Amino acid sequence: MLLWQTSQTINFAQGEFVMVPAFFVLAAMKFGGLSFPLAMALALVISLVVLGVLFKRLVVDPILPHGMLPLVISTIALAILMKESVKEFYAADAQPFPAAWATTNLEVAGAVVSVQNLVIIGVAVVAVVLLQWFLGGTKTGRQMQATAQNPTLARVLGIPVGRMVLYTFLINAALVALASFLVSPIYLAKFTNGETLGLVAFVAAIVGGFNQVRGAIAGGLLLGIVDNFVAAYWSAQYRAAIPLFLLIAVILWRPQGLFGRAEERTV
Amino acid sequence: MKKRGLSLILVALLVAAPFGLKPYGIYLLSLWAVMTIAAIGLNLTLGYAGQISLAQASFVGIGAYTAALLTTHGWPLAVAFGLAALLSFAVGWALGYPALRVAHHYLAFVTLSFGTLVFLILRNEEWLTKGVYGISGIPRPVILGWSTKAPLDFYFFCLGVLLVVSIGAWWLIHSPWGRAFTALRENPVRANSLGIDVRRYTLMAFALGSAVGGIAGVLYAPLVQFIEPTAFALGLSFNLLLMVIVGGSGRFYGPFLGAAVSVLLPEWLRFSEGLYLMVYAIFVMALLAFFPSGLLGLAERLWLRSSKSKA
Amino acid sequence: MKRSLVGLALAAGTMGAYAQQTVNMPIVIELSGAGAVSGTNFRDGAVLAIEEINAKGGILGRKINAPQSDTQSNPGTSRAQVQKAIDSDPYVILGPVFSGSVKVNMILCQQAEVPQITGAEAADITQTGNPYIFRTSFGQQMSMPKIANYIRDGLKAKTVAVLWVNNDFGKGGRDTFMKEMAARNIKVVSDISTESGQVDFAADVVKLKGANADAIFVYTNEEESARFLREARKQGIAKPLIGETTLLGQKVIDMAGSSANGAKGHVGLSADAPVPAVQAWKEKFVKRFGYVPDHNGIKGYTGVYAVKYATQKIGKFDRKALAKALHGMTITPQEEPGILMETTWDANGDIDRISFLAEVVDGKQKIVQTLPKLGNK
Repeated sequence: MLLWQTSQTINFAQGEFVMVPAFFVLAAMKFGGLSFPLAMALALVISLVVLGVLFKRLVVDPILPHGMLPLVISTIALAILMKESVKEFYAADAQPFPAAWATTNLEVAGAVVSVQNLVIIGVAVVAVVLLQWFLGGTKTGRQMQATAQNPTLARVLGIPVGRMVLYTFLINAALVALASFLVSPIYLAKFTNGETLGLVAFVAAIVGGFNQVRGAIAGGLLLGIVDNFVAAYWSAQYRAAIPLFLLIAVILWRPQGLFGRAEERTV
Repeated sequence: MKKRGLSLILVALLVAAPFGLKPYGIYLLSLWAVMTIAAIGLNLTLGYAGQISLAQASFVGIGAYTAALLTTHGWPLAVAFGLAALLSFAVGWALGYPALRVAHHYLAFVTLSFGTLVFLILRNEEWLTKGVYGISGIPRPVILGWSTKAPLDFYFFCLGVLLVVSIGAWWLIHSPWGRAFTALRENPVRANSLGIDVRRYTLMAFALGSAVGGIAGVLYAPLVQFIEPTAFALGLSFNLLLMVIVGGSGRFYGPFLGAAVSVLLPEWLRFSEGLYLMVYAIFVMALLAFFPSGLLGLAERLWLRSSKSKA
Repeated sequence: MKRSLVGLALAAGTMGAYAQQTVNMPIVIELSGAGAVSGTNFRDGAVLAIEEINAKGGILGRKINAPQSDTQSNPGTSRAQVQKAIDSDPYVILGPVFSGSVKVNMILCQQAEVPQITGAEAADITQTGNPYIFRTSFGQQMSMPKIANYIRDGLKAKTVAVLWVNNDFGKGGRDTFMKEMAARNIKVVSDISTESGQVDFAADVVKLKGANADAIFVYTNEEESARFLREARKQGIAKPLIGETTLLGQKVIDMAGSSANGAKGHVGLSADAPVPAVQAWKEKFVKRFGYVPDHNGIKGYTGVYAVKYATQKIGKFDRKALAKALHGMTITPQEEPGILMETTWDANGDIDRISFLAEVVDGKQKIVQTLPKLGNK
């Protein structure tokens, strides 16, 4: 559900990106007096601008020429900045977040299924299908994929690379906002939430394959299953280590990801 | 020549610094010395060999736990230094061996995972580390009859270790090895064609950096006199990384300056309260965007410009 | 660097002079990080008491000066901040709340012979023979037996599952709880460790359901408790959820919403206690700070008043005499209204006072029974 679309950027603040939109909603409701749906719409727009456009313009663009390493470190700093800002300007404690749907449980064939979970799964599936269609079925989408895989070649082929990269950032921003609205009612909105979420998103993306939407989803799914199984049947104390082992194993033996296509990388 | 003069002035300043300070000020200076050592280690890995590591805090932790466990059982701290350095070196080597097959951001993740793993082990293996309860009552060493129990004495002890580590690092960087490290960072392909065994040297830089981190940990334990796992979690690794970057990675004095910014600056900016970290984060991002060579790089450039305009 | 050193020295100098007319009581507390909610409550409770005391002329004619510093919920930082506080020649030090932090810096206070009034609850803090550490609420070795009795007598449970947070607070509570369960022949069928800051409790709840214990004991920090409650209700756990203040506090109830209804347990200290003095205090607090306090507010408030009362008893500002006097002292609301409830400190710095059995009903903590002081039994 947490997606990471490659744009040749590694973002250590991705978890914070998921954390922040929930606070945009809360702030819009608290200070702007907006109703919940309106606040969500506004937060989505703010997310697109701040986490999409501004992030690219102010953080990625000036640093990328210096190389990968400074960018990685810069996003670490960005994560600190976002956490501290939320803490300072909104609240240090966890905030309840309204759910956009019923929180009741349904009894389906003897098993208790919460509406919340159904909605999350439903929205995620729709988002994924849309994204797949966009990337694979439209011209812009295919151009974006080409850009992600080989910007130089893409430029030669006459694809407006700059715009494509911007689209990627916008899609990422929209997805994190969506994820934020989905998980916050359960996880509560708190400034430290990004730490946990970011790591999960990353591991999912790497395990699944960096350059594949399908891969990221499969990775996320696999991770969720493994995580729950370990917690339920093995050691909850070492639970946090398992996704990381998975990560290391994949990086060492199949750096292109379990579902990714092999791709030349500079090592 | 000029650099040596600068170093002497720096040493003199550091010796004079704690006089007139209350224990709190001396504690901060000692903490600075310890963090500088850890950052020097990371600087070897990151600055000279160009390998990003998010596990430096784990090596500090390994060192600190080694020191705490040994000294609370009556062993002298000198043994802890030796063992911690050896252990960190070995673990660094073992981690680096598979991890260095991948580069850049992948290495960041592998080391990050390792950092989390070390934290979990420190926390969960209670029989050894006392888990979340931590280890308290870590004694400060007595060296040849000189007790370092008082804050001022312990500061000089830290300073002494820092001096030894600095000289060691200085020597290493200017040895053929150090030059090989730099060649690796600048152009691994060329270094390879020049007959430098890339893999072995990178591994060496990584392991040495880890060992220095372990030494910093050995000092950390008796400084704080209480250790528990969360002190060595990811936060410290990030912090150390930022120190190296801010000071100027790949520059000898970078860690000194970076640690000063990270440890001492918050103290002077305390009036800004929670805003401090935000300012720091923005500062780091701006620095990376405009002066990726860190504060020292910035200073150098300013100095060059002013001397040029004078000429 | 030089200028700052002069600055530091100057600051230290003025502080010393200032201490002549006032009495210095630094508050070293969690104002940011994971402990920010508890720390802010404790701080505001203490500030409320200090303002009241100063408005009435202070202690023995001296006004209280209470500089605040933030530990960032980090034991290392707390050590530095307590060192700084000790450098300023304090009369007592208030805080911190986090047990891990207290364990780091209580040694410093002991060495400097400065009484430390803490909000921490971990069992081992008062068991190291430190004569300068004083609690403001029950330690775990006091509260766990009460919970254990409740599970045995109130719920008649034969089996129990434990879900705890793997930090020093949760681990300490869990270990003490396990001992009490063993002593009462109640079987612990599931023992689940969770992470501090964990957001997803789905797997843990699945495991709890599988264990099918008569009761579930939840011992995590406030925010995790709220997330757990939501997940537990989502998956439809029907067994009684038992906890301490960290499960039944108003803050948890606010965060968990309707999911908190039905949770029960023992609260050593509660801002919702059916004691008129506590209710009046709560009103004062809300008026002054604009939010509803939790039990940490009471800790800070009563801690300051205990110092005031004991100081007036000994008639001078003497740190050693204060520490000595507080041990074994009983303060009643008749003699000192600021203590809110009759409280006794024992030889270790542990306290004894009445406590409560509570249940969450319709989004409010409801006190169902008041348990007497242990000493009165």
